Amino acid sequence: MTSGTPARSGERVVLDEADIARATTRVAHEIIERNLGSADVVLLGVPTRGAHLARRLGQRVLDADHRDDALEAIVGTLDITLHRDDLRRQPTRAIEPTTIPAAGIDDKVVVLVDDVLFSGRTVRAALDAVSDVGRPRAIQLAVLVDRGHRELPIRADYVGKNLPTSTSEHVAVRLAETDGVDEVAIDRGARAEDGR
Amino acid sequence: MRHLLSAKDLSREEAVLILDTSATMAATQQREIKKLPPLRGKTVVNLFFEDSTRTRISFEAAAKRLSADVINFSAKGSSVSKGESLKDTAQTLQAMGSDAVVIRHSASGAPHRLATSGWIDAPVINAGDGTHQHPTQALLDAFTLRRHLRPGTTGEGLDGATVVIVGDVLHSRVARSNVDLLHTLGAEVTLVAPPTLVPVGVESWPCALSYDLDATIADVGPDAIMMLRVQRERMSSTGGGFFPSPMEYSRRYGLDGRRLAALGPDALVMHPGPMNRGLEISAQAADSAQAVILEQVSNGVAVRMAVLYLLLAGSDGTSPTTTPEPELKDVHA
Repeated sequence: MTSGTPARSGERVVLDEADIARATTRVAHEIIERNLGSADVVLLGVPTRGAHLARRLGQRVLDADHRDDALEAIVGTLDITLHRDDLRRQPTRAIEPTTIPAAGIDDKVVVLVDDVLFSGRTVRAALDAVSDVGRPRAIQLAVLVDRGHRELPIRADYVGKNLPTSTSEHVAVRLAETDGVDEVAIDRGARAEDGR
Repeated sequence: MRHLLSAKDLSREEAVLILDTSATMAATQQREIKKLPPLRGKTVVNLFFEDSTRTRISFEAAAKRLSADVINFSAKGSSVSKGESLKDTAQTLQAMGSDAVVIRHSASGAPHRLATSGWIDAPVINAGDGTHQHPTQALLDAFTLRRHLRPGTTGEGLDGATVVIVGDVLHSRVARSNVDLLHTLGAEVTLVAPPTLVPVGVESWPCALSYDLDATIADVGPDAIMMLRVQRERMSSTGGGFFPSPMEYSRRYGLDGRRLAALGPDALVMHPGPMNRGLEISAQAADSAQAVILEQVSNGVAVRMAVLYLLLAGSDGTSPTTTPEPELKDVHA
């Protein structure tokens, strides 16, 4: 099965809608398996696309664990803007809202959810942001794509797809909620100037 | 947006962005740990040439919650009382390396002078100048209004909301800033004041004007009423003789129990503080369930956090991007 829209010129689609759905379902099961159930699990997505992935994962976790709780009981969003280490090197960024499930995250297992794991700096900022909100028992990391090139000692616990890339390439994650289509594409150096 | 000098300078997009940012800042202030890191290593100078308690403390709290260092400077007991000029004071602050200056001054236009003279490089935030502008007060009023009239919304203004502002418009920077900002956000403002306390040229302001509070309450049926502080000294002939007696002012323009009832239970009662209970506002109105006066104070910290963040956190004074996705992705990809 191919994705709804053809890839843009110079791009190669590496994950289509079915691939993303399968990876999400697998990761949801891995989360339940690793944590011996989902009772203490809270999924926090990093806006914008991480937040959408967290909702998708959360729904699959609830389904797979046969729970009929509201999605909001286990899924939230975590703004990391205020904790970034590159704030003063760029124009001011707009802040996204942080929403935490009503029960809080103290003594829970927080699973951070993001679309792409690259330098690890976003995750470092997210770890700081989590500690501002509460003290979880453990923090785990789930990403749709791990493209390598870490700049910090950070690794993901759950990976949708390991994607070897060169630093000059651009990885674009598109999700139906924001982009109208589910796909992951690699742009071969065409936007190298954007990569860091 | 490099400085914040006047509510008039704000575009609708900028104003809405500040309100949205304020909402996220206010949410962080519900947490156990209220301190956030974005202004770590920055120094904010509170330069207050005029007495102020709540505005200075509000700015100080906002800067400290964002991890900035704060230096408070008040004209009393400083070298200003020895005759130092604004220019010399500003250049001294520049030499000490301040990253932002929050200024309150009794002279209208002092913040503008500071921002445009080239004496300092840092962003200037107007915390009230003479009878000119007090933009963060207008922003916190607009934020309070939006929270109650459009609960839970982001990205929106105050379109169609009706606000009545009552009192000493002539001397009020709060009234001027609110007229400008609320108009920008789409609200309809009616000013109510004794004829002696209406400034020349008010016809050109984007608002309606009335001398009769009871008629205005009946005609407009406002969503909110904002009472301005009256300075008792304006009554005496040496103070200008603007109104004959506090009793008469209170009877014609004060918010008492009868007018509170006429407003109905859904109209918000606002006051920038400090209040003269029994003069422009009765204790019954000030302590009523529909009064949001203390909420205005706590919202003031969130709004000032938003302003400091938006002016200071980035690499330059450019306006923030309202859609951060492209940049966000650059970090991953």
